[in-house]
Amino acid sequence: MIDEHDIWQALRELPDPEIPTINLVDLGVILSVELDAGRRCARVLLLPTFNGCPAIELMRDQIRARLEQLGLEARVELAREVRWSTERISAAGRAALASAGIAPPGVPGSTLIPLIEPARCPHCGSRHTTLESAFGPTLCRAIGHCRDCQQPFEQFKPL
Amino acid sequence: MALETPPATQERDHTRAALAELLLALADDEFVTGYANSEWTGIAPILEEDIAFSSLAQDELGHARLFYELLAELRGGAVSPDEIAYDRPPEGFRNAQLAERPRGDWAYSVSRQFLYDTADYVRLECLLGSRYTPLAQAAASVIREERYHLLHAHTWLARLAAGDTARERQHAAFTALWPDALGLFEPLPGEAALVESGIQPAPSAALCQRWLEQIEPMLRQLGLPWPFAQRAAGWEPLLAPHYGGRAGRHSREFAQLYDTITSVRRLEPGAQW
Repeated sequence: MIDEHDIWQALRELPDPEIPTINLVDLGVILSVELDAGRRCARVLLLPTFNGCPAIELMRDQIRARLEQLGLEARVELAREVRWSTERISAAGRAALASAGIAPPGVPGSTLIPLIEPARCPHCGSRHTTLESAFGPTLCRAIGHCRDCQQPFEQFKPL
Repeated sequence: MALETPPATQERDHTRAALAELLLALADDEFVTGYANSEWTGIAPILEEDIAFSSLAQDELGHARLFYELLAELRGGAVSPDEIAYDRPPEGFRNAQLAERPRGDWAYSVSRQFLYDTADYVRLECLLGSRYTPLAQAAASVIREERYHLLHAHTWLARLAAGDTARERQHAAFTALWPDALGLFEPLPGEAALVESGIQPAPSAALCQRWLEQIEPMLRQLGLPWPFAQRAAGWEPLLAPHYGGRAGRHSREFAQLYDTITSVRRLEPGAQW
């Protein structure tokens, strides 16, 4: 008999469409999973990351397709009451980002200008880095530069 | 807390209509600004800025969609956010005229981004306290992303000011931009009802003063044009603001932009992507 734990496990197999080394559960975008009494329908609450992120529709389709394989009809809804934040990324998720060469996000600053804290270089581990641009290949990533190993790198923006 | 105690029907309808105007103004500012920013994709002076302006555009369109969604919900879900965004005549747009001007030179675009995003930030901060819960939630979501826009805006403000020709162009840009920028705080139709009901916790005039107080030290320090006189009530503009956008009156330049924005949609209305 299928239960909610199985659904969470299945969702762990789904990669983020833009950063495939991290899965949707570790990214923290799954707020909740509910199975109805008949165990035929599942309601998944999904948290958008950046508002303009085009991956959200892909995530929705992926979740629906995966749960269909489990014989479930999935209702994937966007949650607006709870906001996703980079603090929802799990320890495993942070490690997955680092292994893909993306510096994990720092703590979102309370000041007007975030990202002042230098990121740790994902190549050599140095803290001797600068922020080159707050904008990178996707909305959630910024570009840093390491003064020690002289390499550019991507960093996940704290949100 | 949502608006749980409905006032008399007529008053309620009036407040609802004013709320729709507010959502449309917020959405249209972001929508049109997003389009304008996207014009730099592929042609910005350096690759990083190509990416930055494209990302700014993507962010703003995402914010616009969020506000159009709120409006669609308010209208009972009978129209989709896309229909609201694209299926209107030009006079149905409520963006300030600042958003619709051609991108101009680089100094003009980054100076506009500075004025727009600093103003937008003040507006969003105010809406965090909105008594219309969906709007307060949207503001809380959007404002976190806008901090990255501010970082970009501040960086370029200082960078251009430190230049030579760049500084001259920056001066010219600010001179041209001020009347349009003040138009961002044109009071909305029905604003009294919005303030009264707590949907918009402060009137536009107060927000405008808050904005000017915030940016004045930076702009004056850099010696940029500051066409205001200090009065007991705050900063008084020495030039006439370009109002009209919030009432659907747009510049001639908007006609062309409108044409571009809606061109694909008009090719085949209702097409599924």
